[in-house]
Amino acid sequence: MTEADTGSVNYLNHDRSIKSWLLTLDHKRIGIMYLIAVSLAFLAGGILAMLVRVELMAPGETIMSADAYNQTFTLHAVLMIFAFIIPAVPAVMGNFVLPLQLGAKDVAFPKLNLASFYIYLIGVAVAMSALIVGRVDGGWTFYTPYSTSIGNGILFVSAGVFIMGFSSILTGLNFIVTVHKMRAPGLTWNRLPLFVWSIYSTAIVQVLATPVIGITVLLLFLEKTLQIGIFDPALGGDPVLFQHFFWFYSHPAVYIMILPAFGIISDLMGTFSRHQVSGYKFVALSSVAIAFLGFLVWGHHMFVSGQSAVSSIVFSLITYLIGIPTGVKVINWVSTMYKGSVQFKTPMLYAIAFLFTFSIGGFTGILLGVLAIDIHLHDTYFVVAHFHYVMMGGNVIAALGGLHYWWPKMTGKMYNEVLGKIAAGLVFVGFNITFFPQFIMGAKGMPRRYYDYLPEFQGYHLLSTYGSWILGAGLFLIAFYLLASLFKGKKAGLNPWGSLTLEWTHTTTPPHPHNFIETPIVTRGAYDFHLAKHLFEKEGSEMSEVVTSPK
Amino acid sequence: MGDSGSIWLPEAMSTFAGEVDALFWFVFWTSTVLFVAVIGVKIYFMIRYRRTDDTYVPEPVHESKRLEAAWIVLPTILTLIVFTWGFQVFLRISSAPPDSYDITVRAQQWSWEFEYAEGVTSFSELYVPVGRPIKLMMSSEDVLHSFFIPAFRVKMDIIPNRYTSVWFEVTEPGEYQIYCTEYCGTEHSGMLAQVIAVSEVDFAAWLVSQNQDLPPVELGERLFEQCAICHSTNGERLVGPSLDARFGTMRALADGSTVLFDEDYIRESIVNPAAKVAEGFQPIMPAGYSSMSAKELDGLVAYLKSLE
Repeated sequence: MTEADTGSVNYLNHDRSIKSWLLTLDHKRIGIMYLIAVSLAFLAGGILAMLVRVELMAPGETIMSADAYNQTFTLHAVLMIFAFIIPAVPAVMGNFVLPLQLGAKDVAFPKLNLASFYIYLIGVAVAMSALIVGRVDGGWTFYTPYSTSIGNGILFVSAGVFIMGFSSILTGLNFIVTVHKMRAPGLTWNRLPLFVWSIYSTAIVQVLATPVIGITVLLLFLEKTLQIGIFDPALGGDPVLFQHFFWFYSHPAVYIMILPAFGIISDLMGTFSRHQVSGYKFVALSSVAIAFLGFLVWGHHMFVSGQSAVSSIVFSLITYLIGIPTGVKVINWVSTMYKGSVQFKTPMLYAIAFLFTFSIGGFTGILLGVLAIDIHLHDTYFVVAHFHYVMMGGNVIAALGGLHYWWPKMTGKMYNEVLGKIAAGLVFVGFNITFFPQFIMGAKGMPRRYYDYLPEFQGYHLLSTYGSWILGAGLFLIAFYLLASLFKGKKAGLNPWGSLTLEWTHTTTPPHPHNFIETPIVTRGAYDFHLAKHLFEKEGSEMSEVVTSPK
Repeated sequence: MGDSGSIWLPEAMSTFAGEVDALFWFVFWTSTVLFVAVIGVKIYFMIRYRRTDDTYVPEPVHESKRLEAAWIVLPTILTLIVFTWGFQVFLRISSAPPDSYDITVRAQQWSWEFEYAEGVTSFSELYVPVGRPIKLMMSSEDVLHSFFIPAFRVKMDIIPNRYTSVWFEVTEPGEYQIYCTEYCGTEHSGMLAQVIAVSEVDFAAWLVSQNQDLPPVELGERLFEQCAICHSTNGERLVGPSLDARFGTMRALADGSTVLFDEDYIRESIVNPAAKVAEGFQPIMPAGYSSMSAKELDGLVAYLKSLE
């Protein structure tokens, strides 16, 4: 490495003005702006979650009234789902990493990309303005006719979701075109990093599913403002129709949330095992298959809704079909370590934790998919726990792994590895203490969305609340040392993890404003470490093929 | 028949609860074994293949097609077994026997009303005979609700403008918890009721005792059970104002005026709750109670007066 590498122009320092950030067309800067936005949404949603847990420490009123509680958990859900988890991985890491992994200069439509970001911000602002005009309660599902009977707050939330949907659709469209048209020479589909495959699958779901939620909230909006009977039985509508529409989007949306996590885990398992990801083709194509199959299982959210028994049976069967490729992926990730060379840096700890928590989320999903058992478990804390094991134990843990993995590339700084490992431990332990007791109390009959509860459930609630404090401590610790690394962190090398994807091997840290000085020419697959032995020959080498910038 | 529950499941007190539980335990233990196996292998690989030499680059492994096929085929067979089993139990839960005893259930924010074939109604307590299939025909007067009895392993959403039903046969006398499990507003978590399962003989006796023309005060006391979710009679502040104020005193209203607490005020507040809202409270009382008969209204007024 020469002085030219570290001291050279990068995407952070080539223009430091505020305007150059706000009007940037650089996918990396847009990714960073998304990172700041979704982190704030996660912080707000997380604080609300802590308040929910404190309220539930004892039956009856603890710190807030029933109405305040109902709005708190609803706002937690809306923020976390629409403002955080849907954009989190695709918009932050998809934006920052995808073009780099493809060897491209940017996404296919940079202006559209910037527009997506502002559309997202406007959507969040509109949704949050519901807080000012009135109450919004009942969770993120907004089942009618309750949701349309509680004043005008719902109009703002539905308008906000409608607007955020466009951000999601445009981002998905952008990524699909980028993956198809902008791969570097030699980067065939079989050589793509699995993160690219997963973002590509996610983009398909974003483009195909999001219009449905758009139409649904538009219909809800029209019913409320013009009194046209669509979902409200008092106007001649059908409330179960709303549930069908809602889940027709929201089940595929679960895959918008989880598929990118699969991609991160694949990259982490491959890199830190220095080994080919076992069953590469299966992992890649099953993501695409899951993206399509995900459209055919929405009815499994509605086994007790009054839909026909035949529908329930068909939906249950397809639910299993989608569960199998997901289970096989877990086995593939585990067997990636087989005869590999496994290194336990902080990002890898999250991948290891993911295999544990996501597997629990998956197996409890099988329990919920069994028709007769779901009747008992539906709308209890068992579902709450399952959902959090998949969304937080799946997506968020993977996203944290990804954030720790790409942080040096994004910022040019290394965080404190010891604190990183401690925080990963706190998050893992805290997460399990928070959510595992919820499986048990749910199976015992504790319904979800309950402000008050019977005394027999208090022990589980207490444990869950204590867990949330450990989890919260872990997350705040992460925020602390990541921010501290910006000022005091050691300078990151070109390829600190020994990865083989282009963002590590063919560009500087942080990357050049135009990503690559020369267009990379790809001669091996993303995990063909055995074809790149020359990078690892010397201990402490930079493990990079970067073309240094001319002085 | 019934059992007293376990760490995971509540007591099982309906005829099919045991079948649901058997299925639950089958999936639970199969999953646990598979989970422990996956995590065990994971931990073994983590230790066995941990990095000791920074320059070592392992060769790719030859992937065994047989092994790959095995871990696709085996889970597929297991899940198909579970699906078929779950589907059979589901059909049994979904179809009530033809000789069932029918009870009408009306749900509204935030109370339960049960009406029996003999013309008797009860609130917050569902009386059923043990050893006889019971079928509930349920409807909602306002928003979605859901009827859940954990001990019986039954749950079904309740929808306005449409009937849904559940059935069960209780195996042992006792009291069992009923929950509303579809979010329905402020007092959703207070929308509880009890199943009182008694012998056929006791059930018949209970029906007879209920069928007599009750004196107004006792009728009002029974009706008040559904009001008690939101209104206390001892000054305690719940979702709605306490009704302990003495007749003939003045009450402050939300719009700043006052009103005489008398029979007419009680009656109007039931039939048209938004007309005069007590100071410090929101106008959230459902309008569904306007359908009460004159006799029922008289009973409630008489009961409240009797508290003086």
